[in-house]
Amino acid sequence: MTPLNLILAAQAADPEVIDRIPSGYSHFVIPFTIGMTFMLCWIGVGCVRLLAAIPRADRLKFWKSLFIPKTVVRNLKDLFGDCLLHVKIWQRKPLLGYMHSAIAFGWFMLIVLGHIEVALFVPARLNVARGGLFYPIFYRYFVWMNPGHTTLRGSFFFFLMDFFLLYVLTGIAMAVFKRFRSIVLGMRHTTKPSLADRVALYSLWLIFPLRLLAESFTADLSGGSFLTVGVNHFWHFLFGDKLWFTPCWWAYSICLGLFFAAMPFSRYMHILTEVLWILLRNAGIKPSHPRKGVAEAEIYACSSCGLCLDACPMNVQKKNLKYSSVYFIRFLRRHNEKKINAIADKCLMCDKCHALCPVCVDAPALRRAQRATGNNALPYNYSYLETGVSGADVPSKGSERGGVLYFAGCMTHLTPRIIKAVDKVFKAAGIEYSFADRDGGVCCGRPLMLAGRLEAAAKVIEANKKMIEESGCETLVLSCPICYKVFKEEYGLRGIKVIHYTQFINDLIASGKLKVEKTGERIVYHDPCELGRGCGVYIEPRAALGQAGNLVKARKEYDESVCCGGSLGSLTLDTRDRAKIAESSLDNLLANDPDTIVTACPLCLKTFSEAVSNSGRPPGGVAVKDFAEVIAG
Amino acid sequence: MVDFGFGLVPSSRINLDLFDKEKYEELAAMEPDVRVCMACGSCTAVCTAGRLVQTSLREAIEDLKNARPEKALEMLGACQLCGKCSMVCPRGINTRHLILSITKVYSAG
Repeated sequence: MTPLNLILAAQAADPEVIDRIPSGYSHFVIPFTIGMTFMLCWIGVGCVRLLAAIPRADRLKFWKSLFIPKTVVRNLKDLFGDCLLHVKIWQRKPLLGYMHSAIAFGWFMLIVLGHIEVALFVPARLNVARGGLFYPIFYRYFVWMNPGHTTLRGSFFFFLMDFFLLYVLTGIAMAVFKRFRSIVLGMRHTTKPSLADRVALYSLWLIFPLRLLAESFTADLSGGSFLTVGVNHFWHFLFGDKLWFTPCWWAYSICLGLFFAAMPFSRYMHILTEVLWILLRNAGIKPSHPRKGVAEAEIYACSSCGLCLDACPMNVQKKNLKYSSVYFIRFLRRHNEKKINAIADKCLMCDKCHALCPVCVDAPALRRAQRATGNNALPYNYSYLETGVSGADVPSKGSERGGVLYFAGCMTHLTPRIIKAVDKVFKAAGIEYSFADRDGGVCCGRPLMLAGRLEAAAKVIEANKKMIEESGCETLVLSCPICYKVFKEEYGLRGIKVIHYTQFINDLIASGKLKVEKTGERIVYHDPCELGRGCGVYIEPRAALGQAGNLVKARKEYDESVCCGGSLGSLTLDTRDRAKIAESSLDNLLANDPDTIVTACPLCLKTFSEAVSNSGRPPGGVAVKDFAEVIAG
Repeated sequence: MVDFGFGLVPSSRINLDLFDKEKYEELAAMEPDVRVCMACGSCTAVCTAGRLVQTSLREAIEDLKNARPEKALEMLGACQLCGKCSMVCPRGINTRHLILSITKVYSAG
C-alpha cells in the first residue's frame, strides 16, 4: 500500500492525526540520534562512576534521603525552582531570570508537550524500538493533520507548542544580545567560553530558529497555530509553492546532534548534572575531596553563568578575573593542577559566590579542600598546648554551670578599643563576666582551617574547648566573627550557648537591661563576611544599631555585602590588591553619605580605618567604629 | 682552640658554606616577600603562640639566611596561622603564606 493510499484510508476512518510515514523514520534523524545517544551513555556512565566514588556511608545516606518525605518535598521544590524557573536569578536580576527560564522552562515544556502529543495521538510511537527516542522531537515531520477533523484538544496543543516556542525564541534572542551587551541584562563581566562551550552555544542559538523554520515549512501538512501557520503563510508569499522543508529538518537535527555531542565537554552539561547535585546537596552530603565524588557533581553542576564574576570582590581589578570561582571550577574539571592551586590560594573566602550561585555550588569549600591536599600534611608541633593554656581570669567552677565567658580572640587584641567598649557595655548592663583571654589565648582554629590545615586546627580547637568547658560557663560571647563561626560549627560545646556580641547586646537592649541613647548619627553597617554570609547574622546588629542612631543603607548589603579585603581567607593576595578591594568596599558603604561606618569584626575595623585614612578624605569626615563602641556611646 | 666535643651552650656559629641557595630561591619564587623583611620584630611582638612558646618569624627568616633551616622549621612548627603578624608588618609581608611556604619548601626532602 502506498503512503497516499494509507493516508486516504486513514482519513476515511476519521482520526485527527495520521502517521504520515509508515516506517516512522527518515534519514535526517540520524545526527540527533547519534548526539543524543552519545550524551545519554556519557551521563549514565558518569553517574555510576560518581556514585561509586562517594564513601559508602554517604551513598547510603543519599539513597535514604530519596525516601524521606521532607527531603523529597525539598528536592521537588528545588528542582522546579532552581533548574526550571530559576527563582534565584529572577530575584536578583529579573532580565537574566526571564532569559534563562525562557530557555530552560520553555524547552522543558516543548519536550514534555511533544511527548504528550505523541502519547495522545500516536501512542505506539513512544516505544523506543519504534523510534521513541526521536519521534516525539520531530513529531511534526512525521504526522499529517486530517483536514476538517481537528478537535479543540488538538488546537490547544498546537497553541501551547507555538506559545512555548515563541517563549524560548525570546529567551534565545536575549541570550544572543547578552553576548554583545551583557551589562544591559545586569552582568558586567561574563565568562569566556571554551571551545566546546562555543560549539554548544552556537548550536543552541540555532536550534530554535531552525525548529521554527522546519515546523513552519511543514505546517501545511502537520498543522500549527499562530506562529508556525503565520510564518508558513509568509513563506508561501515569498516562495510560492516551493517549500524546502527537508533541508530545514536536516539542519535542525544536525544542530541538536551537535549540541548534545558537545554537551558533556561544555558548560551545558549542567542542564542534567544540576539535578544530581541538588539531590546530593539536599541529602546533606559534603565533599571531602576537591575533585572526587560529591565534588564532581558540584563541578559539573556549575553552569559557568559567571554571576560569581561580578560578585567576587577581587574583580575590582580586571587582572583578578581569572581567580574567580567559575574558572576555578573549569580548571578542576580539566585537572589543571597548577592553575587550580594558584586560584585556590588567592580566594578571600568571603563566600559571596556561594551565596549568590543559582545552584549553590560551594566553590569556597572546594578551594579549602584543594588547599588541604597540599597543606594538611605539613609538619607542626603544638606540644606546648598540651600542658594546658592559662586563660587569664577563668574561674574554674567544676560541674556547676553559669555565667558569661567572653573570648576576644587574636585579632580583637590588636584593636583593644573593642575590648574596652565591650567591657563598658557589659558593665552598663550589669553583666558579670569572665574574660577568657585577657592576656591573650590560643587561636580559635579557623585561620588554620581556611589554610587547609585541618589536623593542626583540630589541636587548637581541642585546647580551647578544654579551657572553655573547664570554665563552667553557660554563655560564650565572641567579638570576632571568625572565632564565632568556628566555635559555633566545629567545637560542639554542649550546654554552652555560643553567641556573637552583636546578638548578645541586642538581646540586652531588647530585654531592657541596657539603655541606649539615640543620637542623630547617620550609621552604615558593614556585614562582615564570616558573620553575615558565614553565620547568617544580619538582623541583630542592625536592630541594635537602629536604637543608637539612624541606619542608612549601603549600595550592597546583607548577603551582597562586599568583603573589606582584610580577610584571612586569602593566602596569596598581596597588600596592594587588598587595598584596592578595601577602596571599593568603602565606596559601596559611603553610597548614602553616612557619618559613621560601623562593623562587628576587628579585621574589618582595622581595614576600613586604614582605607579611610588612605583615601585622602579630610580627618573627622567619616568615622569608623566598632559595633560595641557605638552602643557604649 | 681545643675542641672537647661538648660545650656549655649550643654553638651559635654561623656557617654560610651550608647555605642552600637553590632552596632559598625556590622559597623566594613561591613567596617573594621573604626578601622584604627588615627584621623589625613586630611579628614576634604580637605572636599568639609566642606567648606560650619560644617562636619568632623574624628569627626564623634570619635562621634561613644563616643556613639553619631546621631551627627555622622548629620555630614555625608552633605557628597557629592566626595572622596577627600580617596585620602589624610595616612592610606588608604576607606572613601567613610566607610561613606556609617556608614549611613547604624546607620540610620537603
